[in-house]
Amino acid sequence: MIVELGHLALVLAFALAVVQSIVPIWGTFSGDRRLMATADTSSLGILFFVTLSFGALMWSYAVSDFSVVNVWQNSHSQMPFLFKLTGTWGNHEGSMLLWVFILALFAAAVSLFGSALPPSLRANVQGVQAWLLATFLLFILLTSNPFARQEAALEGQDLNPILQDIGLAIHPPMLYLGYVGFSITFAFAIAALIDGKIDSAWARWVRPWTFIAWTFLTAGISMGSYWAYYELGWGGWWFWDPVENASFLPWLSGTALLHSALVMEKRDALKIWTVLLAILTFSLSLLGTFLVRSGVLTSVHTFASDPTRGLFILAILSAFVGGALFLFILRSSRLEAGGLFAPVSREGALVFNNLILSAAAATVLIGTLYPVVYEAFTDAKISVGAPFFNLTFGLVMIPLLIAVPFGPLLAWKRGDLLGISQRLMFAFLAAILVIILTGAFTQKGQWLAPLGVGLAVWLMVGSFAEVIQRAGLRKATLAVASRRLAGLPRSVWATALAHCGIGVTLLGIVCVTAFETETITVLKPAESVVVGEFSLRHEGYASRTADNYSERSARISIFKSGEIVAVGTPSKRFFPARQMPTSEASIHTFGFSQLYLALGDVEGDGNVTLRIWWKPMILLIWLGTVIMVIAGVISLSDRRLRIGAPARRKSKGKAASHA
Amino acid sequence: MLRRFVATCLLFVWLMPAASTSALAQTTLSPEMEVRAKALFLQLRCVVCQNQSIGDSDADVAKDLREIVREQMLAGKTDDDIRNFLVARYGEFILLKPVFAWHTAVLWLTPILLLLVGGVLAWRATSRSPKSVKSDALSKQDENELQEILRQHRD
Repeated sequence: MIVELGHLALVLAFALAVVQSIVPIWGTFSGDRRLMATADTSSLGILFFVTLSFGALMWSYAVSDFSVVNVWQNSHSQMPFLFKLTGTWGNHEGSMLLWVFILALFAAAVSLFGSALPPSLRANVQGVQAWLLATFLLFILLTSNPFARQEAALEGQDLNPILQDIGLAIHPPMLYLGYVGFSITFAFAIAALIDGKIDSAWARWVRPWTFIAWTFLTAGISMGSYWAYYELGWGGWWFWDPVENASFLPWLSGTALLHSALVMEKRDALKIWTVLLAILTFSLSLLGTFLVRSGVLTSVHTFASDPTRGLFILAILSAFVGGALFLFILRSSRLEAGGLFAPVSREGALVFNNLILSAAAATVLIGTLYPVVYEAFTDAKISVGAPFFNLTFGLVMIPLLIAVPFGPLLAWKRGDLLGISQRLMFAFLAAILVIILTGAFTQKGQWLAPLGVGLAVWLMVGSFAEVIQRAGLRKATLAVASRRLAGLPRSVWATALAHCGIGVTLLGIVCVTAFETETITVLKPAESVVVGEFSLRHEGYASRTADNYSERSARISIFKSGEIVAVGTPSKRFFPARQMPTSEASIHTFGFSQLYLALGDVEGDGNVTLRIWWKPMILLIWLGTVIMVIAGVISLSDRRLRIGAPARRKSKGKAASHA
Repeated sequence: MLRRFVATCLLFVWLMPAASTSALAQTTLSPEMEVRAKALFLQLRCVVCQNQSIGDSDADVAKDLREIVREQMLAGKTDDDIRNFLVARYGEFILLKPVFAWHTAVLWLTPILLLLVGGVLAWRATSRSPKSVKSDALSKQDENELQEILRQHRD
């Protein structure tokens, strides 16, 4: 019964979305405030019904209702309860429902928090969001119904063992909050094009939403990377896998959008470009959804195995992206260009940022799609893998990374490059010092590693130049300086932290790439192996059986200068329901570095094959992203972003009453 | 969910019957050669895997390929020789970094072209003649609003 209610709620949500697709926009054309205002109610109604529907599916997972095909295919009665719940979105149908749920959440957010928006802009935004909602609800109802019934089965087919992890509880929701969060900026861009009017106030409304989406996307990607690192059992943390690239693309263009919206807000320039970027960012999110959901990426041929879904999403993609770009071409000439600036200026730096980030995104995009397109046209297969991306993406990004500390120091309109260089001298000297030090400790011929470490230090130190300058740390007394530091706008801190976070991540990447060691060895019982400053002893292995899997694990004692520092149990699990084995790596943290043990073959006489990696500074990769996320949150809490936004017509009355 | 592709591959790998101690190399190289071999491993695709190099994969195919690379290296072949040999045997699919040729020109050159074209456009946008742009002065309405706000803040 509850399952049927969930299905019905989905249909009702669709019906409401269709109404909201038309009525508010009709209202803006006819100037009818009441028609425009209907969206405030209907978007909440859609959220209510989609939540109901999502809850119904989750409930049927919680109680292991195997009469629902989707539950039967992706769950098991013996699974831990948490994984039963998260299994709701560990499959195509459920994850699409999560996607739409988050879309509905953001649509309702505009109704709840957008009261200060001009009514016509708000109505248009809500209308565009309803188009998206209606289309994706229709997609679920027609091709991916999670509520289909069957004759009740006794036992489910189990969730993919790789997904039976806390990572599934956090990673997809975070990622989708980011992906789908960009639907708001998309809706704002389309609404502005429909209105034919766009100004710096528009940018001020759009920027907080972009920050929210960006922050979640950063967290989601980072979380996914760490999940892959510990779960897949071979120590990789970024694979340039098409599915990863699909999430990285909106991040790149979303980052560009954050910066260009800044120019638009402060200087009324780059309007056309910002609108285009807002459209492109969400288009890349849609493209990512298409690539992942249609299966085009595994092979052109699996695309044909379920043509309805693939074609449906392709149609959605072409309609929204094509339609948006068409509208853009039609209307963008109405948007007038604003403020003038010299090439060397804050605006110029932000344009440079956008140029590089766009080129980087294009590089990743073409690298991801090229093999698919090539195979479709020639029937021959080529690979575009990590070495290609590392080379091209790396080369494109390096100029930007070098330029990052300069940006925030440059004045608007016309900057003084020489003066700024002097202020960055301390960061430059720090970088040089680190390059020399690292160079002394690396093997001959490895000149890339010291340079990379130097670049990372340049970023980490140089990012705080603006903070130091504004606090007057060089001349003022400590008391004055600390008072000034506390009084700095939060956005200044956010900028410094976000840029510093990139440096921290880079430092982790460079260290682990250059200085990682891998040891493959066979250990007899009680035999030891030396890895760097550690000695690892095989203490025998054990078998055990859990609810839904059996496990074999080796016990490895880890010694450092004669003393035992940790005991590792790398293991292999076997899940009988899916006939699938997985590898559970044993990971030990020392400072920011990790020792990563993966179990290979286990022989009858107790010999085990071990793969042991020493991953120096690897935690910095994720620590950097955590710093970026914190920066995003700080930026969102900035008074100027929060209260500045509503200050337009209505605020006059409010301001007067406060006075 | 994001990991599904890599994950399926990995499962595939673990499912394969593993020969004993086969993760270890049969051919031993000098330390310098081993460094060279490891670098080359990362450029070659494990042909049965989704997106893994033979250096990362535990699949039997990857082990065999690592062995081939080591043997050829020991026989004095250059990296290019080995790559050519493998391409002749498995096709270009095995190269994780595609060759630069006519059929991959678009792939390799797009980033450079975009940077050049984008750079020129951006430069022209920043050095537009001032005449084409409206003056920086506020419009009458904005000016009034500004005065209004300033007045309120003085109160």
